[in-house]
Amino acid sequence: MNKTEFLIIDGKEIAIEGERNLLEIIRKAGIDIPTFCYHSDLSVYGACRLCLVDVEGRGIVTSCSTLPEPGLKVKTNTEEIREIRKITIELLLANHDKSCPTCPKSAACQLQDLARRLGVEEIRFKQTAEKQPIDRTSPSLVRDPNKCVLCGDCVRACHEIQGIGAIDFAGRGAESAVVPAFGKDLDKVECVYCGLCATVCPTGAITPKSEVEEVWKALHDDSKTVVAQIAPAVRVAIGEYFGMEPGTINTGQMAAALKAMGFNQVYDTSFAADLTVIEEGTEFIARKTKGEKLPQFTSCCPAWVKFAEQYYPDLLPNLSSCRSPQQMFGSLAKDTLPAKLGVEKKDIVVVSIMPCTAKKFEAKRPEFSKDGAMDVDHVITTQELGRMIEESGLKLNKLEPESLDMPFGFKTGAGVIFGASGGVTEAVLRFAAEKISGVKLDSVDFKAVRGEDGIREATINVAGTELKLAVVHGLANARVLAEKVRAGQCEYDLIEVMTCPGGCIGGAGQPVSRDADVKKLRARGLYDSDKMLEFHKSQDNHMVSECYAKHLGKVGGHKAHNLLHTSYHSRRRITDSDIDLVTGQAKDKLEVRVCVGTSCMVRGSQTLLKQLLAHIDDQDLQGEVEVRATFCFEQCDRGPTVAVGKTVIEKCSFEKAIKTLEKAVGKAKSPA
Amino acid sequence: MNSTILNLEQVTKDYTNAAERIARRVIICAGTGCVANGALKVFDAFRDAIADAGLDVVTELKREEGGDVHVSKSGCQGFCQMGPLVTVLPEGILYTKVKASDVAEIVEKTLVANDEVERLLYVDPISGERCKGTGDIPFYTRQERTVLKSCGVVDPEDIREYIQKGGYAAAMRAYSEMTPQAICEEITHSGLRGRGGGGFPAGRKWDLTRKQTEPKKFVICNGDEGDPGAFMDRSVMEGNPHSVIEGMMIAARAIGADEGYIYVRLEYPLAVNRVKKAVKDALAAGILGPDVFGTGHAFKIEVMEGAGAFVCGEETALIASIEGKRGMPLPKPPFPAQSGLEGKPTVINNVETLASVPMILNMGAAEYRSVGTETSPGTKTFALTGHVVNTGLIEVPFGTTLREIVNHIGGGVTNDKGEMTGEGFKAVQIGGPSGGCLTEEHLDLPLDFDSLKSVGAMVGSGGLVVMNKETCMVGIARFFMQFTQNESCGKCVLCREGTKQMLALLDDIMEGRATTETLELLEKVARAVQKGSLCGLGKTAPNPILATMRQFRAEYEAHVYQKRCPTGQCKALSIPEIIAEKCKGCTACARKCPVGAITGEKKEVHVIDADACIKCGVCKETCRFDAVVGV
Repeated sequence: MNKTEFLIIDGKEIAIEGERNLLEIIRKAGIDIPTFCYHSDLSVYGACRLCLVDVEGRGIVTSCSTLPEPGLKVKTNTEEIREIRKITIELLLANHDKSCPTCPKSAACQLQDLARRLGVEEIRFKQTAEKQPIDRTSPSLVRDPNKCVLCGDCVRACHEIQGIGAIDFAGRGAESAVVPAFGKDLDKVECVYCGLCATVCPTGAITPKSEVEEVWKALHDDSKTVVAQIAPAVRVAIGEYFGMEPGTINTGQMAAALKAMGFNQVYDTSFAADLTVIEEGTEFIARKTKGEKLPQFTSCCPAWVKFAEQYYPDLLPNLSSCRSPQQMFGSLAKDTLPAKLGVEKKDIVVVSIMPCTAKKFEAKRPEFSKDGAMDVDHVITTQELGRMIEESGLKLNKLEPESLDMPFGFKTGAGVIFGASGGVTEAVLRFAAEKISGVKLDSVDFKAVRGEDGIREATINVAGTELKLAVVHGLANARVLAEKVRAGQCEYDLIEVMTCPGGCIGGAGQPVSRDADVKKLRARGLYDSDKMLEFHKSQDNHMVSECYAKHLGKVGGHKAHNLLHTSYHSRRRITDSDIDLVTGQAKDKLEVRVCVGTSCMVRGSQTLLKQLLAHIDDQDLQGEVEVRATFCFEQCDRGPTVAVGKTVIEKCSFEKAIKTLEKAVGKAKSPA
Repeated sequence: MNSTILNLEQVTKDYTNAAERIARRVIICAGTGCVANGALKVFDAFRDAIADAGLDVVTELKREEGGDVHVSKSGCQGFCQMGPLVTVLPEGILYTKVKASDVAEIVEKTLVANDEVERLLYVDPISGERCKGTGDIPFYTRQERTVLKSCGVVDPEDIREYIQKGGYAAAMRAYSEMTPQAICEEITHSGLRGRGGGGFPAGRKWDLTRKQTEPKKFVICNGDEGDPGAFMDRSVMEGNPHSVIEGMMIAARAIGADEGYIYVRLEYPLAVNRVKKAVKDALAAGILGPDVFGTGHAFKIEVMEGAGAFVCGEETALIASIEGKRGMPLPKPPFPAQSGLEGKPTVINNVETLASVPMILNMGAAEYRSVGTETSPGTKTFALTGHVVNTGLIEVPFGTTLREIVNHIGGGVTNDKGEMTGEGFKAVQIGGPSGGCLTEEHLDLPLDFDSLKSVGAMVGSGGLVVMNKETCMVGIARFFMQFTQNESCGKCVLCREGTKQMLALLDDIMEGRATTETLELLEKVARAVQKGSLCGLGKTAPNPILATMRQFRAEYEAHVYQKRCPTGQCKALSIPEIIAEKCKGCTACARKCPVGAITGEKKEVHVIDADACIKCGVCKETCRFDAVVGV
């Protein structure tokens, strides 16, 4: 074994134990050196200049980008460094919208915290920034550029962890800004609303969009029956908002708080998760038996679903058609509660409490509504719930735990571990293994799929059937697997995808934490909760069985399909946005579509379109043909592309188009 | 060997023979400055006029043909102030400020009648004598042109002429006779230091990269010259692009790279075109390509156009830009020598550094060291601009004094009207927005990397802006701060926000809002930005402020405490006034004043109402007696 090597930090000898940089070693030594732009999961950026230290012989360097070398003599707190740090904070504050008391990040803001810690008591510089408009277009997030400190954490998180890059830097010098592509609004770009940007943002520049007021409004409305569903990951994180250890389970306290605030019924999304396991497990066994549409991708993560719709439309058939637990709950609640509670459907308000910002987007997807009413009316995050409890003046730790309402308050451990990466797979295995083998499981723990690695693989043998599984979190990792699947390079049966690192417990709606172990502790909380529950397999949830018997009928049957399954659509291209140029009156008019996408346009589709329109005008064909400018046949390298009726012409010239057109028109005419 | 041109000796012989069959040569400077003044029209005029005079004219030397006059274009000859420049060989006559309309006379008098056109010869302002050629002009005689030697002589678009002048011989030797280690040692011994600003020993950089075990390596030529007023690299790329390519080839051989990039800014279209053509010609000749000189080594060069961001001159930002990313610097280490382009070991050198390399191999390290100073051997090119008679591109040995450059090569300091006054020198800004100021006390300081550093300035890339006594130093600091503020990439807080606030503080000083605290705060921020910024741009951005504050403290204090600009340049502080003794009461100023702020009877002293005055300066321009001050 190698001899341990040391370096000196503020006069103390500290062992080098595989730390990647000085910053890590300094923090290990118990010195909380400030940073904005350092995240252990992201690349080193070196922009905030707060982690500066004085290294003997080298002068002032950033500790995040300096390798720990034996014998280095490091000072973390010299007069010069203190001065630079203070000036840095002062400079940032001079360019900051200082409406701190009304900022959603107030009290959790690192800029505010550092200004206090470093004793910045006045800002000697001029306020320089001009007020920029706030982007509230996203259903999940609010982007306030006035609070941005340009640390780039969001940019790197979106790019490096999610593999998307929905936001990036634009402009130079004082004009620098983090913006969505081409300065568009967040809802017009490829953002999947996972909110990882908000999780890493040290200030209030990107925050989850609040629906607290809407929920209060429903609660204050006596004509409404407000029901809550609590997602698994919320129970192990809400305590942090009130100063408890991460992982502390607070299901009963939450129920008490919600009841105190005026919720009529408090249910558990874990019930719907049990339902999901049965539907998705059955679907999986069917696919596996038939050997088709494999691997099956999970579909409970709405950010992943949008990601797949954007980048892998060809793989959409591989996604489980199951709705997410949130949406299963919503449709079931709206379908069964009116009768059960004796209220009109229009008066039932379903409020989800989620660790997630993308769930806000999911709830607003048009396919999740019936007769004009959304299945889930409002989605609030763990943070928002914390705020509501605070606003009510309740003290979470002082509340007497209350039980959840039945039947949707009943769950098994399988439904609870959904909140951690690997949990869905394990829950499905607990179901599928029994179904396939026909034998009761001795041990329900499939520890092979647990863990923290971004991509995990496991092969499980069930009664002679090998199940090849993969569990990924972070969409950049999902992309790696999706590419492999697309290329036919992997033979997985089931792939679980969670967008947030660690799964739902690491969701953007969870309380802000700078504790590196927070995700581990929350996950442990969920697995502990599983252990404490009476049942661990979804098929053992008798309330779920009763639900099938009373309402849903057969597993995977017609009604179940209606309420619990969904379909997906490609978001790869602009759809439904053809531009009508000539609208024929004839009954069986001939449709001519000319692609005006970028590639076709540079290959001359605009000229072609003009010539075609002139020709149609000349030949008096307006009545018989319908001409549309359209977007993308996805044959960009072979453009311009024109479709005449069903004939698609690649590398189309005016002559080619006319020839086909005349032939088609002739045909259309001849029977008459 | 895939081409006859690979035989360098044969090319040389053929070209020499062809040149000998031509009686005369007319070289028209086609550097950017001369082109802007109409050099291309002059070129066309020569081609036509010579033919009209019944002489054979060739624009390209061919092996088998002869002719009377060879008309060619060259790169920048440096004497930009006097352009367009026309040289007639073999006499060595240099005509200055030549217009197309002068061409007929030159053809008639010089090319036909072997006489000189006197009026187009340069007149030495000191001696008043006409100078026939570069050999008589102090601007040239006091320089030592080695890197620039062939700039302005060779046709940059003709690879054969470069070869005929000994080009590519060093590269051939490097590939066929020298080991990579030997090349690194030779460059290390020569003491060549990076000309891009930092002055890092080039040999050491190469050797560090050579020792990396990674098989794939790159050479990058940094031609992203962006300092205001600097155009050394542009001139070399325009005037002698093959010397840069040859330098890159030698570097590639030394470190074991098979791929190179020349990063030129988009705003240098002529340099881009010439470098591209040179790369194409070298490739066609088999000098570049899969089998360099038939030695089995491969080396290819890609020319990459930068979009003009100043920060892309910083090496890690430049690499990011080549990779198609936003041009933002990365923290170092790792250095490019360890992990550069695409994460591979990369040598990145400035244009002038690389152009010096073939010369060093040709003359040997020892001889190279014989010029310059002990720690800064060789010569350095400077772009001499500002209040000086002869602006242009110069090259002098390290160790040359500022006095020599300003008074002799530059021909002395001028006032704001462009007249030489003899005693107007105030300071020189050296090293552009990253540099500092040299004042009268530094006039006899031998200029090199270390001496400049010791007085708080730097060689930088080599911009030399001469300033006369009428220049406000706070204004100069503001000018450069505005530049760095615009050009900051926006990545690190200190540079992005710091430059913005320093600019605001300078505005307070120049507009009369400053207090003692302003000065203190300015200095504090400047120091924080200097110490704490991420890259060289940020770390050096406060230099102009710190240098002027140190050397012209009194000027700052006058602005702050007396609300007065000693040079009268700061409009906001000036108090408009008519000097009674000088005013003749002609009423011209009162009639021109757009706001009616001037009153006074005819033939009596006029008065400006300072509150009504908008300081537009019309009165000052109008007054024939210099009676108006403070506007």
